[in-house]
Amino acid sequence: MAQAVPAEQKWWSGGKSPFNVEYGKLMMWYFLMSDAFTFGAFLISYGTIRFASNSWPDPNEVFQSFPGLGNGLPLMFVSLMTFILIISSVTMVLAVQAGHAMDKKAVVRNLVLTIIGGIAFLSCQAWEWTHLHHEGAWWGSNPFLNADGTKATTNFTNFFFTITGFHGFHVFSGVVINIIMLIMTLNNVFERKGHYLMIEKAGLYWHFVDLVWVFVFTVFYLV
Amino acid sequence: MHQDNNTEITFHHEYDREASRKEVIKITVILSVITLIELALGFWLYLSHQSLGPFMVHLIKGVILILMLAKAFYIVAYFMHLKHELRNMIMTIVVPLLLFVWFIIAFLADGNSYRNLKNTYDPYHKEQSQKKVEKAEHGSKETDTKVGH
Repeated sequence: MAQAVPAEQKWWSGGKSPFNVEYGKLMMWYFLMSDAFTFGAFLISYGTIRFASNSWPDPNEVFQSFPGLGNGLPLMFVSLMTFILIISSVTMVLAVQAGHAMDKKAVVRNLVLTIIGGIAFLSCQAWEWTHLHHEGAWWGSNPFLNADGTKATTNFTNFFFTITGFHGFHVFSGVVINIIMLIMTLNNVFERKGHYLMIEKAGLYWHFVDLVWVFVFTVFYLV
Repeated sequence: MHQDNNTEITFHHEYDREASRKEVIKITVILSVITLIELALGFWLYLSHQSLGPFMVHLIKGVILILMLAKAFYIVAYFMHLKHELRNMIMTIVVPLLLFVWFIIAFLADGNSYRNLKNTYDPYHKEQSQKKVEKAEHGSKETDTKVGH
């Protein structure tokens, strides 16, 4: 998929975008870079505190429930959440590609699927938070012991709820953005403009949400 | 070439829908397989963390972290399409992210040093952090933490 750029293109001689992207897309990238540093700061402070602690709760003991199937099932529910997010990322790519092809019907179908995926993920998170809350976990309250049987501080739950909450807020705003894109598509806004480039920017945001989950999932549930 | 309503001029990215569809399928398969490997490693840790030595535990966790970075690469490069942008544009994003190299090493080392210093100079803290306690019964709220809900 090379770019159809004339040979010997002088990018910096003025009159065109030297990065060959629209202003909005470039700014979305720079926003996401800053957002990456925000999430990075959260996750690194989590790592710092974990390295500063003599022991830490075992995620397989904390996250071991599945709705309808009971306890003793570590990693199962979070795997489901991970796959939901990956699949919704895939449908988002398909929506962006359909936009390139000016295929309105496919854009609508894939955006709807992406929105459903986002809502499914948020529902899973709501269930998990409720479940943990019923077990006594919340900000400032940690009922779980450390892996070695010693008493844990509230650092574990504080970081868990803050970081998954911040990520969940991003998912929520991503769903809202995608719903706005869907409404604009249905109102033929992009057809009139002649291109679907705005969906591409919404897509970047949505993929970033998936990207952050890759990190959150790994450092909270796996290691 | 297409012109936006705000007079930005960009060259249209050449587009072959069938080829991009194949690429999406390929990346989806790669991401799913990596996730399954991560989960398998996670289950391995869960089922045999008693019998695995600390070296093996760290090795498995290290492999999981490397797989995490591989997933991040595939999402950014292909789903977010960064690989197909102009090199100058990629560099304005990737170079600042190198700050993370310092960020991670410095802060994790700092946390580790803090733990060592505290264990060395605060024996009471060390003693307390090694005391085993009984797990509170499910639903009982007489833990000394506040449950204000």
